[in-house]
Amino acid sequence: MTTPLVAGAHAEPAIVADGLTKRFGDVVALSGVSFAVAPGETFGFIGPDGAGKTTLFRILVTLLVPDAGSARVLGMDAVSRLWELRRHIGYMPGRFSLYPDLSVEENLRFFASVFGTTIEREYEQIAPIYSQLEAFSDRRAAALSGGMKQKLALCCALVHRPRILFLDEPTTGVDAVSRREFWELLARFKATGLTVIVSTPYMDEARRCDRVALIQRGQLLAVDTPRAITESFGRTLFAVTAANRYRALQTLREFPETASVYPFGETLHYTDRRVERSPDAIADELRRFASSRGLGELTVTPMAPTIEDVFMARMGAAEQPDAPASRGAA
Amino acid sequence: MTDATIRATKLTRRFGSFVAVDGITFEVRSGEVFGFLGANGAGKTTVIRMLTGLLAPSAGQASVAGHDVYRESEAIKRDIGYMSQRFSLYDDLSPLENIRLYGGIYDIERTELRRRTDTMLERLGLTRVQNDSVGSLPLGWKQKLALSVALLHRPRIVFLDEPTSGVDPITRRQFWELIYEASHAGTTVLVTTHYMDEAEYCDRISIMVAGRIAAIGTPADLKQAAGAESIDELFVQLARPASDQAAAGAR
Repeated sequence: MTTPLVAGAHAEPAIVADGLTKRFGDVVALSGVSFAVAPGETFGFIGPDGAGKTTLFRILVTLLVPDAGSARVLGMDAVSRLWELRRHIGYMPGRFSLYPDLSVEENLRFFASVFGTTIEREYEQIAPIYSQLEAFSDRRAAALSGGMKQKLALCCALVHRPRILFLDEPTTGVDAVSRREFWELLARFKATGLTVIVSTPYMDEARRCDRVALIQRGQLLAVDTPRAITESFGRTLFAVTAANRYRALQTLREFPETASVYPFGETLHYTDRRVERSPDAIADELRRFASSRGLGELTVTPMAPTIEDVFMARMGAAEQPDAPASRGAA
Repeated sequence: MTDATIRATKLTRRFGSFVAVDGITFEVRSGEVFGFLGANGAGKTTVIRMLTGLLAPSAGQASVAGHDVYRESEAIKRDIGYMSQRFSLYDDLSPLENIRLYGGIYDIERTELRRRTDTMLERLGLTRVQNDSVGSLPLGWKQKLALSVALLHRPRIVFLDEPTSGVDPITRRQFWELIYEASHAGTTVLVTTHYMDEAEYCDRISIMVAGRIAAIGTPADLKQAAGAESIDELFVQLARPASDQAAAGAR
């Protein structure tokens, strides 16, 4: 980065949020959310639609005023110092928000001029992405493919050399290959010292972040490094494979000691109620139970939990309007 | 001869000089859960639009539930269900009103419709909110309701276009249980997703790359043939070269 940082800036957190709360009518979108982000961190908010990710981002980028609590971004209060703060923030909303009738170049030129700069002056900063778009510089933004739109939006969010970048669900609805490429691109910006705040509904993307916050129904379920979060799972998780996965799932739900059982790709992830019991003993019992139910060969192996396992465990019982809390996927 | 509910032979669709779907041949068997995967822009949506009778092919043949896509697109629409993340239900209507609307469109007899409605709402645990607007429901509940509504007229095939996008991990799995139930009841399911773990839940999958089917088979067979650990890895193996090519072409 060529922008000189204020002396001591590194000592100061990039974000400090304290008790952020936001209601829309009867709906509590955010409920007492507190966390801090260090400068240069890639920090991810992981959670499904409706968890409150977008509301939180809108407060942090000064577009929405919280009902309670406070947020300091780059040491500036997000409510009282919004004009000053906006100069240093890059924001890419989840919904495509550029001008569809302007060309690629016109959009970029517009965003540069709003911040009192030019494409030429900032070329070095945006080159890694813009070089992939230059062949289409005359094309209207509306006529770009999804991936190209996203790259243009990222260019526009970076053209004024922000110190902190907010990306709201940049990979939602994007295929697995493009998602990887996007994260590889982000890693290049991270290397320049940029603080990146990103949200995603894809749990597997947590491992791309230095730290993550799991968010659900307006509350943070956990804030830590992906590794510490998976280590916090607190009980033995088993991967179970069977010839007939669907029948195995139904059978394991009938096992009296089942705490949870969920399909995960080609396996089932199982936890037992009896925390004290040895994994070998549990595995044996499961195999015997399966064969008593005519299920055939069952492979049961202890495994390291994923972020998604932790998320589901902390989400608690499935949220059904009528039904009582159910065991595993109902 | 198999009991295929979807049969496509050299199915092709061009838009001007662009070949969106390039002569694909595949079958989906009756009662199968078929994962229809591919990168963005690979041609999945174009294929689905042809198979649901919304878009005429440029060349090739296809039949869906025994009806020809060129001549019998109206008959196809009666025999299929469809839902996507973008459009599924009317947000301003209640669950009950949505069900009645779809029941009316598919001409389901009144007492029968009432019976199916009660069963569905109870099964989904939505009886208490049956008169609330659908827009006020959490996405996961809405998507489960949308799938049930798409199955209301007992279609032979249901097309699900990214039905679980953005849905929380527990509800996502409940949604898949509804898919399995439909499949066990004999409904053929064609589903697209960007969650690669969900690809593993399918009986068979196909992976489209640049308008063609680059791989088709059971998840286990495909992984084994490619020496891939997961469908995610296989997907990247197949789709990445095309994506690099597109990026190179753009320069």
